[in-house]
Amino acid sequence: MKERLEALRAEALQELQQVAGQQQLNDLRVKYLGKKGALTEILRGMGGLSAEERPIIGQVGNEVRAAIESVIEEKQEAYRQEETAARLREETIDVTLPGQALPAGAVHPLNKVVQEIEDIFVGLGYSVAEGPEVETDFFNFEALNLPKNHPARDMQDSFYITEDILMRTQTSPVQIRTMKAMNGKSPVKIICPGKVYRRDDDDATHSFQFNQIEGLVVGPNIRMSDLKGTLLQFVQLMFGKQAQIRLRPSFFPFTEPSAEVDVTCSQCGGHGCRMCKQTGWLEILGCGMVHPRVLEMGGYDPNEVSAFAFGMGVERIALLKYGIDDIRHFYTNDQRFLNQFARM
Amino acid sequence: MKVSYQWLNQYIEVTDMTASQIAERMTSGGIEIDVVESLNKGVSGVVVGYVVSKEKHPDADKLNVCQIDAGTGETLQIVCGARNVDAGQKVPVALVGAKLPGDLHIKRAKLRGVESQGMICSAKELGLQEKLLPKEQQEGILVLPADTPIGQPIGITLGIDDEVLELDLTPNRSDCLSMLGAAYEVAALTGREVKLPDTSVMHSSDQASSHLSVTIEAKDQCSHYSARYIRGVKIAPSPLWMQNRLMAAGVRPINNVVDITNYVMLEYGQPLHAFDASKLEGGRIVVRNAQPGEMLTTLDDQERKLEPQMLVIADAVKPVALAGVMGGANSEVTEDTTDIVLESARFDGSTVRRTSRQLGLRSESSARFEKEVDPGRVIAALNRAASLLEKHADGHVTEGIVEAVVSRPEPAVVQVSLPKINQYLGTDLSKLEVEAIFVRLGFEGSIDDNGVFTITVPTRRGDITRDVDLIEEVARLYGYDNIPTTPIEGSTTPGALTKAQAIRRELRKKLTNSGLNEVISYSFTGPERAQLFPALTSNSRPIRLAMPMSEERSVLRTSLLPQLLEMASYNRNRKNYDLAVFELGSVFHTEEETLTALPNEKHRFGLLFTGNAVQASWNQKAQAYDFYHAKGVIEAMIQSLGIDHLVRYEAAQPEGFHPGRTAAIKLHTEAGWVAIGYVGQLHPELQQKSDLADTFVAELDLAPLYEYADFAIVYKPLPRFPAMERDIAVVVDAGVEAGRLTETARETAGELLESIRVFDVYTGEKLGADKKSVALSLVYRHRERTLTDEEITELHGAVVVKIEQTFGAELRK
Repeated sequence: MKERLEALRAEALQELQQVAGQQQLNDLRVKYLGKKGALTEILRGMGGLSAEERPIIGQVGNEVRAAIESVIEEKQEAYRQEETAARLREETIDVTLPGQALPAGAVHPLNKVVQEIEDIFVGLGYSVAEGPEVETDFFNFEALNLPKNHPARDMQDSFYITEDILMRTQTSPVQIRTMKAMNGKSPVKIICPGKVYRRDDDDATHSFQFNQIEGLVVGPNIRMSDLKGTLLQFVQLMFGKQAQIRLRPSFFPFTEPSAEVDVTCSQCGGHGCRMCKQTGWLEILGCGMVHPRVLEMGGYDPNEVSAFAFGMGVERIALLKYGIDDIRHFYTNDQRFLNQFARM
Repeated sequence: MKVSYQWLNQYIEVTDMTASQIAERMTSGGIEIDVVESLNKGVSGVVVGYVVSKEKHPDADKLNVCQIDAGTGETLQIVCGARNVDAGQKVPVALVGAKLPGDLHIKRAKLRGVESQGMICSAKELGLQEKLLPKEQQEGILVLPADTPIGQPIGITLGIDDEVLELDLTPNRSDCLSMLGAAYEVAALTGREVKLPDTSVMHSSDQASSHLSVTIEAKDQCSHYSARYIRGVKIAPSPLWMQNRLMAAGVRPINNVVDITNYVMLEYGQPLHAFDASKLEGGRIVVRNAQPGEMLTTLDDQERKLEPQMLVIADAVKPVALAGVMGGANSEVTEDTTDIVLESARFDGSTVRRTSRQLGLRSESSARFEKEVDPGRVIAALNRAASLLEKHADGHVTEGIVEAVVSRPEPAVVQVSLPKINQYLGTDLSKLEVEAIFVRLGFEGSIDDNGVFTITVPTRRGDITRDVDLIEEVARLYGYDNIPTTPIEGSTTPGALTKAQAIRRELRKKLTNSGLNEVISYSFTGPERAQLFPALTSNSRPIRLAMPMSEERSVLRTSLLPQLLEMASYNRNRKNYDLAVFELGSVFHTEEETLTALPNEKHRFGLLFTGNAVQASWNQKAQAYDFYHAKGVIEAMIQSLGIDHLVRYEAAQPEGFHPGRTAAIKLHTEAGWVAIGYVGQLHPELQQKSDLADTFVAELDLAPLYEYADFAIVYKPLPRFPAMERDIAVVVDAGVEAGRLTETARETAGELLESIRVFDVYTGEKLGADKKSVALSLVYRHRERTLTDEEITELHGAVVVKIEQTFGAELRK
């Protein structure tokens, strides 16, 4: 029996040596190791062996099985590896083709600027106040110390609807509305973003519709130095730590003293360039201490509180910030223009 | 206001400063200088020459050969083509080597064989502005006065070695519309003295009052009228220096009388007028309102129809001037004039402003009166002009001033305390520092023991009426740069966005992250556009601007969609075919025909899709936008606001939309289901008119969303028991809406139905015409236990039956 087993091992190993393919390997496994296979066949004759012989032959049988199994396993693993390699080869793709795009749209550049400014001031403790775009003459002009026939009304030609109702020419009426709503209480710290309208022929730098952001702070002891401090803080958050401000005396009917504010040119850092016309400064803001008459109109006693206000044009800041050359792009909404703002 | 540097030096000594330095100082003091312009446009080597002789050119009819004495020690031969050149004249001579504007170099030359050692110049060739030249100088060579010194550099003769500061004045600083005003400002900024001009006249025994009387009838519109009567004037060109200064200020010289009135106006800011006394009837000046139907031809030869509220200067019979605006041709000073009435008055600013606007007639005079002139200078300016007329027009100034005075404003007295100044500015100024500033301004005053300044403000500074005005003067002279920067003191405030603001922010973020671009369109539109979508305009009448810039932008938008369509067409014309955009903005509604109250401004959300949602690519086909893209955006918005359970969509046919592809967006409010907007396809006709591809739009009111939005996220425990899924497919009439099927299923199944989903909609011949199959997947779950098979079968069976009964549906096997 032992000889038969040894012969079987030799035969099996011989045949496995020449195996070609997975199918044949499976067939050989069945042929030699299967329930009705050759090995089982031989071992079935163990019944006729003596008690001494039985364990010896059993061991030989196991050895033969193990030897055949080991070779089959080996072959099997080789086939598996080959198969995997083939699959990976097949699955190879062109990784330079573009990926599946995530959708990306843009917040309108004007609102991008507004949101940035809002965030800065909200962080400084301001609320965002809003008001109607169609206003009364009272809120838009009279309450802001601009009585009818005031020469300063020449500064802004307005879109009137009736004699008393017009498109607001500035966001300042929101200041009056807010003050009135406060019923004389302070402090007030607000910024007012919004659309405004002035009769102006459209060109690269003028639009009859544009956006402003104004700020107002009312309190028992608000000083002009606080205004300077606030504006400096704002421009450094908006334009970077190196930004400085310069105030020049000016005139607005609703503030006294009044100032125009220049900020260090963001393009050249103040050395002088084309954008700042070689001055190193860009004019971006108007501001001042709120005129006592305006405080009175807002329901405050100018002997009890003082206030400062400031205002800026959103378009101007966006033009400067993004280097845009034509203000009309903001309102024609060419997608090739807007798409450029679809990023952080 | 144009301020000549040389002229300014007549009133304040500033020779140690350059024009640019003065400009810089004034700008930092609050008066912006736009430009500092050099009057010399590139002239050098030009001197005054004397034409010794003139002979015809031997070979050229139009040329003359002149012998010139230009003070060079030799006689120069110059060929000149000007017709007006003549022996005995003084003329500007460009010597060999001279330069003229336009980079012109003068060289020795031969003209038709005759040598020419230079060139005789015209005013234009010297760079003088043509429109400012007196008529006689606009053609030919410039002939200079006979007493001009030979050899004098022409820059001195013509006053062009000078620079002009152009003041960009804010409306409060009309005091600087004069040389003296500018001088006072520079004095304040640099701590110098102002020298006033000579106003003296000789005594006369001839009394002005025997020639003239003055009456003010319109006492509200004229507070002071003064006049002098001047006899025997000789009309002639004014002295060259005066002409030079007028031209530097942008005023064209005319003759000595007119020039003097203009000169004094520029000096004092007080407009003056000279009448030919012989043309005034009755020896009277009356300041009155125009009478109905009165006409007046003004000096610009325009006949003007006068309105009753306009103010005129009249003689005993007729109007002779539009007060403060322009004189009348009927009393104009001409070459024959000998006696004049010189007027200096104070007219009401708003009257002048109104008249000037109504007639579309602006003048140097009206520009000054509009902003109110200094009451303190009415007489000084009158006397100054009289004095100049005496010197430069041989005038005999009769004795005395004829005047009528309604009121003569006193200088304002304003108080401000030192502590208030320092508290207001955040400074720590001493009493001495502040006092020094007031002294520099030329303000007189005193300070008491409590630190209160009592300041008498000169009438020239009519803009200063209260304490803060004085504080501003202190601040700007102290220097805004010197004011410290401080943090705000006192209680802090929390900053935050309101709910509505936060919602708009979040929508903007969500939609842009989903690939939509935000747009901002114009609030003005055309009347037809405003009516395109009546369902979105709540029957509002478009609100019309009183003076629109164009018909296309003449009314306020009543809906966002017309603006989005305009934007889409604009983009399509630029080959941007694929659009996914939204806008957050206001529309304006009213029921009134003429506004008496502010309109209802509604915050709206607008949406537009057109073209492809997916571009054709190497791995996918192009996919066009359809209704469900637009609806999907609305659903996503509604869901993110936490109110999807309050919203339903119903088929609707609003005007402007595709009647078969539009839904009303309805919100469940206390008042029931209310349409807050529409989502749908643009009506094909409108689409064609706008030249667009298939376009899908939505617009809805934001106010209800602000109100109902629910930001509270409440966690629900994850389910512990398994769910059971059942699918059904039913055949129904094509008109049955899937939404109604799911609604019915929900109602029938109650809370055990966890979710329901439409996973297939099929139409085909097999089903028959007007039929469709809708496949639904229902998920049932009990939160507390496992549902039994029997329970599900019973419940699901009920759902099926209900659907069959309600919609005549047939279960598909």
